[in-house]
Amino acid sequence: MVREGGPQVSAALLEVTGITKRFGGFVALSDVSLALRAGERLGIIGPNGSGKTTLINCIAGALRGDAGSIRFDGVDVTRWPAHRRAQIGIARSFQLPRPFASMTLAENVAVPLEYVAHRHSLHRADVGAEARDLLRKMGLQAKADALPAALTQVDLRKLELARALAARPRLLVLDEVMAGLSPAEVDEVLGIVLDLSSEGVTIVMIEHIMRAIMKFSERVVCLDAGRILAQGTPQDVVRDTGVQKVYIGD
Amino acid sequence: MRMGRWKIFFAGAIAVLGGALLLAWFVDNEYFFFAGYVVLQFVVLATAWNILGGYAGYVNFGSGAFFAAGAYTAVALVKAFDAPLIIQLVAAAGVTGLMGFAVGAMTLRLRGIFFSIATVAIAVICETVVLNWGYVGGARGATMVQPAAPAGFATYARLLFVAMALIAVLAVALARYVEISWIGRGLRALRDSEEAAESAGVPTLRLKLLAATLSGALMGLAGAPFPLYMSFIEPTSAFSLNYAVSALAMPIIGGTASWIGPVIGALLLGSAQQLVTVTLSSELNVLVLGVLLVAFVVAAPDGILGLARKWSGKAVRR
Amino acid sequence: MSFELLGDAIVAGVLLGCFYAAVSVGLSVAFGLLDVPQIAHPAFLVLGAYGAYALNRIGIDPLLAGALLTPAFFVAGLAVHRFYHAVFESRGSDAGLRGLAFFFGIAFIVEVALILAFGVDQRAVDAAYIGKSFALGEMRLPLRMLVAFGVALLLTVVLTLYLSGTFTGRAIKAVAQDEGALALMGADPVRIKRWAFGIATGTCALAGALLIIVTPVEPGLGRLYIGRTFCVAVLAGLGSMPGTLVAGIILGIAESVVLTSFGASWAPAVAFGLLLLVLAVRPAGLFGR
Repeated sequence: MVREGGPQVSAALLEVTGITKRFGGFVALSDVSLALRAGERLGIIGPNGSGKTTLINCIAGALRGDAGSIRFDGVDVTRWPAHRRAQIGIARSFQLPRPFASMTLAENVAVPLEYVAHRHSLHRADVGAEARDLLRKMGLQAKADALPAALTQVDLRKLELARALAARPRLLVLDEVMAGLSPAEVDEVLGIVLDLSSEGVTIVMIEHIMRAIMKFSERVVCLDAGRILAQGTPQDVVRDTGVQKVYIGD
Repeated sequence: MRMGRWKIFFAGAIAVLGGALLLAWFVDNEYFFFAGYVVLQFVVLATAWNILGGYAGYVNFGSGAFFAAGAYTAVALVKAFDAPLIIQLVAAAGVTGLMGFAVGAMTLRLRGIFFSIATVAIAVICETVVLNWGYVGGARGATMVQPAAPAGFATYARLLFVAMALIAVLAVALARYVEISWIGRGLRALRDSEEAAESAGVPTLRLKLLAATLSGALMGLAGAPFPLYMSFIEPTSAFSLNYAVSALAMPIIGGTASWIGPVIGALLLGSAQQLVTVTLSSELNVLVLGVLLVAFVVAAPDGILGLARKWSGKAVRR
Repeated sequence: MSFELLGDAIVAGVLLGCFYAAVSVGLSVAFGLLDVPQIAHPAFLVLGAYGAYALNRIGIDPLLAGALLTPAFFVAGLAVHRFYHAVFESRGSDAGLRGLAFFFGIAFIVEVALILAFGVDQRAVDAAYIGKSFALGEMRLPLRMLVAFGVALLLTVVLTLYLSGTFTGRAIKAVAQDEGALALMGADPVRIKRWAFGIATGTCALAGALLIIVTPVEPGLGRLYIGRTFCVAVLAGLGSMPGTLVAGIILGIAESVVLTSFGASWAPAVAFGLLLLVLAVRPAGLFGR
């Protein structure tokens, strides 16, 4: 069982150092440090309001921390806007899916293809075929020309995944991508995520569904009130008395 | 397929320009050019508005200010250097493009409504400046003398009519390019969700600034020939609310999803206005425009374009 | 500018500023707290002013007229919000653009309807306190400004107390912070918002009466007040009532100083200039959340 800090991995893909984020008087993240090696699968758990989503927002660039730094692949990206981080390989999903509502699924996936994967080709090569390939990988090929409004919850999550993948991520950050899904659907999405991992993508996953966290994670971090309460192997973390206190109460 | 469509569009553009030239040679009725010029001017304004408003979802309430700034740039250049028309046009586009960029840089980081209010602010500030600027006529206005008509044109107004047709074709071509290229896809993405667009690698602020600059520049182009065309300019008519409302109502009524929407809206409403102003009071005329705007926003958010798609049985895609 | 002139400008500015706060409190609620893009607020103000004008012509005091019209404006506000919510808010996507265009269209229709009904000429009201002035040492203060100042202060204070002291008022503030939490407490957020929007619109009747007491009105005046009201509401920090009063006074003083030093023709640009400055430098406003 390891508390605060954990073993430092050299040649980390992502290094979060001392990130602090306040909203008015409320401290959402307090001096959080975290390192990920390439190819790792990290699960983040913690009660509602513990700062999980804020941490993801700071990593992906939707928010900027008040203090601390973030390095990705050796580059300091602390002050970079979100789109630049996406362009160097940090992709994310949103807790509440945010599809581009006026575009078909194929067009949704085409956006990151044009703005990340093919942004250096002069006319942004026709990305339609590639978008359809990605949708096929998610089992959405039949709905490629539908609008997101026509999708079920699980399909919306898959669209979020497809759009994140289209950005050819080296680090994929998933924010409760399985919330509200049936057990069978959880297994389906988990399968997709594990496949990605085996292709070498580093993945951070926030999740409340413990079964998924236990199966997915090589390492688990538990956040509480903006601090890292515990981290270690999934088995160690669930056995941690502090973690049990937070989850079950005294 | 995309190339094929380009060819059709290009042929259409040539046809419009050729048609305008032929009309300028063969039509006798001078009123035709007056009305035609105004309609084309609205095509430019509506198309310009739609680049930012329709594609990116940022509502400009101050189109009148951009229009007037273009017009007064032309006036100042004529007063100072007796500058030729082409210089007036280029300078006007530069000034109002810069204006669009500046308003954008100030407010496009914020929520959409702040941009909208800032455009109202720009309109009042510009009008106040012009009212107090004696050099371009101040509140009394300024008289402009049309140069002699060049060879091939019976009157100078006909040259301006052809020039406005050229500007309209240019504006529509530009809007169409923005729409079908990666720029348009990025703008639509950020209209749907800025956060999701950013995380998909779209540089949202840069794209919005680009759209604001293009949109502003085209509005200035629409206004630049106005003083010469009217032979007179004064702040009240140059900053008329009618431009601001039309620039926004025409695309919304025509349909904001595609470049053809503003063109349809401007052609229909612009021509209707020309016919109706003669018979009805101009207040009633703009009242009808306002009521139509609200009716479409409420009942047919995809405009005439959306209605047409619905009726022709195709799914409304946007 | 001499010291005395500056002093006069500041006193006049404070009076004017409280009036600006009164015409903006409704917007602070509708836009600041409820997040409705109420660009038609100034048009409703002008409508209220014309209502007071119409009643004044049959011999009713403009302030009384404003008070009499308040319930009608309140009900109209309820209706507008019910419609706005059903058509735009509950549908989500694209609500921003369409909501703005909707209120812009409403403002435009109100303006043109007023032109058709009353013409483009300026209109003014008669009352015992209009036209007289009050001497304060060397300077003369128009009595109507003092009346407007008093009523404006009263309106702003009453609204402030209502929002912080009553259950409904606190619910309105809560709905601005966190809709979900309010729903958990058993209150219906949509009904609360509708009620608040009704109040915001109701203030336009009395504030509109103040408007026509302070200055003659014309149908196009609303556009000028887009700048003043939004300047005050944004500078205040969206939704802050004490902020609205302070911001109104800041704008009042700024305008009156510019008026004294550069002349009346520059005054319209002051509010818009200040608004742009606030947006560029501190969009959260003075008392921002």
